[in-house]
Amino acid sequence: MSRRAHVALPGWLFVPAAGGALFVVLPLAAMLTRVEWGDFLGLVSSDSSVDALLLSLRTSCASTLLCVLFGVPMAMVLARTSFRGQQLVRSLVLLPLVLPPVVGGIALLYTFGRRGLLGESLDVLGIQVAFATTAVVLAQTFVALPFMVVSLEGALRTAGGRFESVASTLGAGPTTVFRRVTLPLVLPGLFSGAVLAFARSLGEFGATITFAGSVQGVTRTLPVEIYLQRVTDPDAAVALSLVLVVVAVMVIGLARGRGSL
Amino acid sequence: MTLDFTATLSERQLDVSLQVARRQVVAVLGPNGSGKSTLLSLIAGLLRADTGRAVLEDTVLFEVGGEGKPSWVPPHARGVALLAQEPLLFPHLTALDNVAFGPRSLGRSRSAARTLARHWLEEVGALQYADRRPAQLSGGQGQRIAVARALAVDPRLLLLDEPMAALDVAVAPALRQVLRRVLRDRAAVIVTHDVLDALLLADRVVVIEGGKVVEQGPTAQVLSRPRSAFGARIAGLNMVRGAMEERGVRGADGILIEGLANQQVDLGEAAVAVFRPSAVGVYRQPPGGSPRNVLEVTITELEPLGEQIRVRTAGLSADVTPAAVAELDLAPGTRAHFAVKASEVAIYRA
Repeated sequence: MSRRAHVALPGWLFVPAAGGALFVVLPLAAMLTRVEWGDFLGLVSSDSSVDALLLSLRTSCASTLLCVLFGVPMAMVLARTSFRGQQLVRSLVLLPLVLPPVVGGIALLYTFGRRGLLGESLDVLGIQVAFATTAVVLAQTFVALPFMVVSLEGALRTAGGRFESVASTLGAGPTTVFRRVTLPLVLPGLFSGAVLAFARSLGEFGATITFAGSVQGVTRTLPVEIYLQRVTDPDAAVALSLVLVVVAVMVIGLARGRGSL
Repeated sequence: MTLDFTATLSERQLDVSLQVARRQVVAVLGPNGSGKSTLLSLIAGLLRADTGRAVLEDTVLFEVGGEGKPSWVPPHARGVALLAQEPLLFPHLTALDNVAFGPRSLGRSRSAARTLARHWLEEVGALQYADRRPAQLSGGQGQRIAVARALAVDPRLLLLDEPMAALDVAVAPALRQVLRRVLRDRAAVIVTHDVLDALLLADRVVVIEGGKVVEQGPTAQVLSRPRSAFGARIAGLNMVRGAMEERGVRGADGILIEGLANQQVDLGEAAVAVFRPSAVGVYRQPPGGSPRNVLEVTITELEPLGEQIRVRTAGLSADVTPAAVAELDLAPGTRAHFAVKASEVAIYRA
């Protein structure tokens, strides 16, 4: 980190900046004041809470893995090739970033649901996706994949193609270049992309509840559990929310620690 | 012939033919934006030509838009290594593994690749940096390792794209020596804007301007008597070849040229004294004063060169103002004295 001298900012700029920061931090603080610390452990360790937490962790890991498996090739194609309509493809791939998750859930339902585009064929094969844990993973992957692609494509563009050119003139074929040069070079970007995708998966709610429903231990992830508990047991909802906040803070710390977010 | 290359690329307005004979080093000189680096990219296969054909030894590298069947060999199968201005060492590998990268890619075992890498690191005098990461190396050290990395694949043709341009002036001579040694008996194309690189490394010089070859020939000829505008601006150097003595270079005709050795040159070794025409003073009577080289010459030719007049003799030239030419009454056949300060003369191993 270099110490660079900056041109002084106009003083009035600090007022809205501080206001914005307060707007983000204050609700978290407000939530903290409502946590029943005395009963905290009991609240987060009820059967339904533990089920939801474990389900969330399992599905988020699975969807992060899918994001890596599909996102890395997608980012490579977007960053290292040029073809007609590439801009359009990029926009479509990144659409889930701005699409309301509920809409994503509906779309998935009409693709993989029993009456969906692929669902009927899958049904014949004896595979039922909707309202199963697989549906949770698909919903999370759908919303998290763009984070992976954006993060990695940025890293690839920053790294540039010069090292790859040199490697190829040294006799390395495309697969060797990808494995021994490209991937190691963008590993920090891949890592932060995976962390972002994991965080987004963990927080996924709208697409999940639309497409996967809410069956305890099967599709009821932590955010869904919090939403349901909010009505019947607000204290449990707040306690579980705090768990998610802690996980989110850890995720940001992890990504920051690698210095690439 | 090692390389026979012809290509056009309209996007960069390039239309160039280039030949490299066996074991020949060709220097490509030219102003910025003249297409020198583009040329190397085309040979390496990092760019595709619009039309043209290139043959390296017995392999057709590419053929497009001609009579033959269109073909294209990808960069990794060409046997052409590229050394760029920056070392571009892979940052996640040690120096040793950077050099071993090529042999590994060509199918050598890990241990064989490392043995070869050590050999080449030693060859460029960088074995002591084997375990360092690129971030821990200076520009000069990094570039040496990049040279070793390029040579470790034993390329059929080595391309060098201004390999000294990003280096400190204090480091460049040492790397130039390394290149001089390793380029011996090797086919190479070196793109440079430094006339010294051409002088010391190349057998033949090609001058490119605006994407076209405007001049080519043996190095000594092009550098001493350039015909192109660019060649004249950067070259036109005076060069006296001979044997190193204690104070300077003794030329074939017995004249001693005193100067400063830019590098270690042993007594009796073949050396060349180099100085610019603009550093030469022209006198009718032998000048006295500060220590300098004074050579008695007969003027053969006067040639306008921008705002100066280039005064030529059999082997040397001097740039003077038109006023001085008039004042000294210089003309072909005139006897005169060329004087150049020892501090303006650079001496190199030849």
